[in-house]
Amino acid sequence: MHITKLSVFTAALMLSASWVHAADLRIGLAEDPDILDPDQSRTFVGRIVYASLCDKLVEITPELEIIPALATAWEWSADGMTLTMNLRDDVTFHDGEPFNAQAVAANIDRSKNLPESRRKSEVKSITGTKVVDEYTIEIMLANPDATIMAQFADRAGMMLSPKATEEMGLDFGSAPVCAGPFSFTERVQQDRIVLSKFADYYRADEINFDSVTFLPIADDAVRLANLRAGDVHMIERLPATSVASVKADDSLLIEQAVSLGYQGLTINVNNSDRAKTPLGMDSKVRQALSLAIDREALNQVVFEGVFAAGNQPFPPTSPWYDASNPIPARDVAAAKALLAEAGAENIEIEVQVSTNPVAGQVVQVVQAMAAEAGIKINIVAKEFATLLKEQSAGAYEVSQIGWSGRVDPDGNIHQFMTCEGGINDSKYCNPAVDDLLNKARTSTDIATRKASYDSARTILVEDMPIIYLYHQTWIWALDDGVSGFTPYPDGMIRLHGVSAE
Amino acid sequence: MLSFIGRRLLIAIPTILLISIFVFFLQKLLPGDPVLALAGEDRNPEILEFLREKYRLNDPLYMQYFHWIGKALQGDLGMSLRTRQPVLELLGQKLPVTLQLATMALIIAVMIGIPAGIISAYHKGTWIDWLANIVALSGLSVPNFWLGIMMILLVSVKLGWLPASGYQPFFEDPLQSIRTMLMPAFVLGTGLAATLMRHTRSAMLGVLQSDYVRTARAKGLVERTVVIKHAMRNALIPIVTVVTLLFGELLAGAVLTEQIFTIPGFGKLVVDAVFNRDYAVVQGIVLCTAIAFILMNILADALYRVLNPRMNDQ
Repeated sequence: MHITKLSVFTAALMLSASWVHAADLRIGLAEDPDILDPDQSRTFVGRIVYASLCDKLVEITPELEIIPALATAWEWSADGMTLTMNLRDDVTFHDGEPFNAQAVAANIDRSKNLPESRRKSEVKSITGTKVVDEYTIEIMLANPDATIMAQFADRAGMMLSPKATEEMGLDFGSAPVCAGPFSFTERVQQDRIVLSKFADYYRADEINFDSVTFLPIADDAVRLANLRAGDVHMIERLPATSVASVKADDSLLIEQAVSLGYQGLTINVNNSDRAKTPLGMDSKVRQALSLAIDREALNQVVFEGVFAAGNQPFPPTSPWYDASNPIPARDVAAAKALLAEAGAENIEIEVQVSTNPVAGQVVQVVQAMAAEAGIKINIVAKEFATLLKEQSAGAYEVSQIGWSGRVDPDGNIHQFMTCEGGINDSKYCNPAVDDLLNKARTSTDIATRKASYDSARTILVEDMPIIYLYHQTWIWALDDGVSGFTPYPDGMIRLHGVSAE
Repeated sequence: MLSFIGRRLLIAIPTILLISIFVFFLQKLLPGDPVLALAGEDRNPEILEFLREKYRLNDPLYMQYFHWIGKALQGDLGMSLRTRQPVLELLGQKLPVTLQLATMALIIAVMIGIPAGIISAYHKGTWIDWLANIVALSGLSVPNFWLGIMMILLVSVKLGWLPASGYQPFFEDPLQSIRTMLMPAFVLGTGLAATLMRHTRSAMLGVLQSDYVRTARAKGLVERTVVIKHAMRNALIPIVTVVTLLFGELLAGAVLTEQIFTIPGFGKLVVDAVFNRDYAVVQGIVLCTAIAFILMNILADALYRVLNPRMNDQ
């Protein structure tokens, strides 16, 4: 009798009302975002939430062109020192406050001057703003800066309600108020972030969900299991090794885009005494290591060919890729010859890598390939926070690390390769490269910029402070009822035009 | 009894202080710079220095400790570096989650472990004993993360009976809350049931062979009364110790289980906090679990006295 009652109760529990509502889109994220304040936040995953929450001055296309968003048009002054933007006149923030030139001025001021702002370096070139009229703003720069438009297509261009930022100050992230398609409803840390459709959104007709719920599910297998069980509609960062099984499943779809970032080996060439190794001191040894690596084989072995092999800070799919420096074929004989020329045969090097198992596999494949050329690699796995500290302090020889990537090419190269670059952990310094990269920054002409980057690449291929290995591919898996999703190389999830059955 | 509890609470104060010192200095030994983890990918030096000043990381360690403990004594455990939420608020958010998981897991463990232990001891050496031992051994040997993923694949993906992961607050929707917690509680509970079964079995074996049990049988008492009323009551004392310690452990957060089932409890919070060098959160959680452990110990001692009133004289 007891057993019967118990089983009836259990069955009732299990079969009670289905919990997936069609009007709510549920998205499985790979991590829990940090603070939801575009000026203070620093994680990739946080930006995925912002894509539904905070609209930006300008937007990008999947081909990385800058297109209008909150700003409808813009023009540069002849000297490239002033940017004039025309703004939409039909936008309100989630709290009902109007979006206008004053709001843009307040937002730029916050990004620049809030002590906690992580956007300072992105808007460094801005010296001030001038409200021309209600929907026109002038942005003054200290020097011509071609990168600023791409910054406005990301967190620095996200518009927050000035009333809310003033009232809430540093706690803005606990209940963010922006001008995006969804407004903030609630957040339970490490559990969920819920946004609700904003009725007064200026493109409301393109939004097909009443709400969107982001669920951080760190374990890759469990995130996929949630999708298969129908508990979420889509997941981001599907591991490359799961692509085949998802493709084989008729009820699931896959979308992918090569990311803007890269992964590689950062070599200590001039950062403390640890740089005084044959590898650190002689570019021939670095070239030899690069030649010993078969990048396509690496991609096949570790990522089942889903990622993109690479040899530059920009992926081969990028308009900024230098086609005259293609991915070199593996050449062990040439690598050995270079090592002999440098008098560095049978050397040993230490490569530090984060404890992430995939990064470990990458370095193991490189280790096996380098061994055939006579370079013995000792792998030291460190927890990421430790790896980062030792890298910036120069307490390393080689570090396997990457960069999430930026829309503007400058973001992928300038701060790593210029003498005073903020994250130049190699401490590589070549005035000729500095000149070329600074020049590329100041011109708004694409052809001029491309020529500068190509010239810099020609020098960097010789000096090689970073050996680029591959570019991650963003992979999304979706329930087959979801349609209208467009993959973007920045890895974001844009919900305009997306619908679900 | 009250004076006993009062005395134990007084002794707990220096223990908690010692733990706080230990944890504070121990985590400062961790390599890695919290500010580097916080500053963002481009590690702007201006922000790095600002954050070091702001979070007093340039102060000597003992000053940092006194600052923290001074605030903690006033009920302010600081703020999460990662999300700017007050630690106390975070703990308040996570405590009900962890409590619910711990309670459900413990109920499952007790419901399986204690009867299995009693039956196994009573039928010592028979096939029932062997079977119970094999099941218990499997419960102990199967890792939680493996069992968790297998259960998700079977119960959620294949059968579609229960949600694969997530959390629903109990008071918002009790039924859904139990549904989401059932699998993780089961995974945790079966592991603990095995431990509990082994302890119950050995305690019962000792008691069943004692003189007073033989006397009770000689008096002609029904076997059920002998086992349940006479033997089990005495055997319960070591079991209560194990149960309270297990509960204390569960309150510290079931790291792997919470990670797999994406349950936003202490375990998940502490892992994220350690990786992000979110010192204030780690300290807050350790302090909280230390207090929970001490309370559990006091509760165990008090329960001994209820179960065996003779202990009051000692």
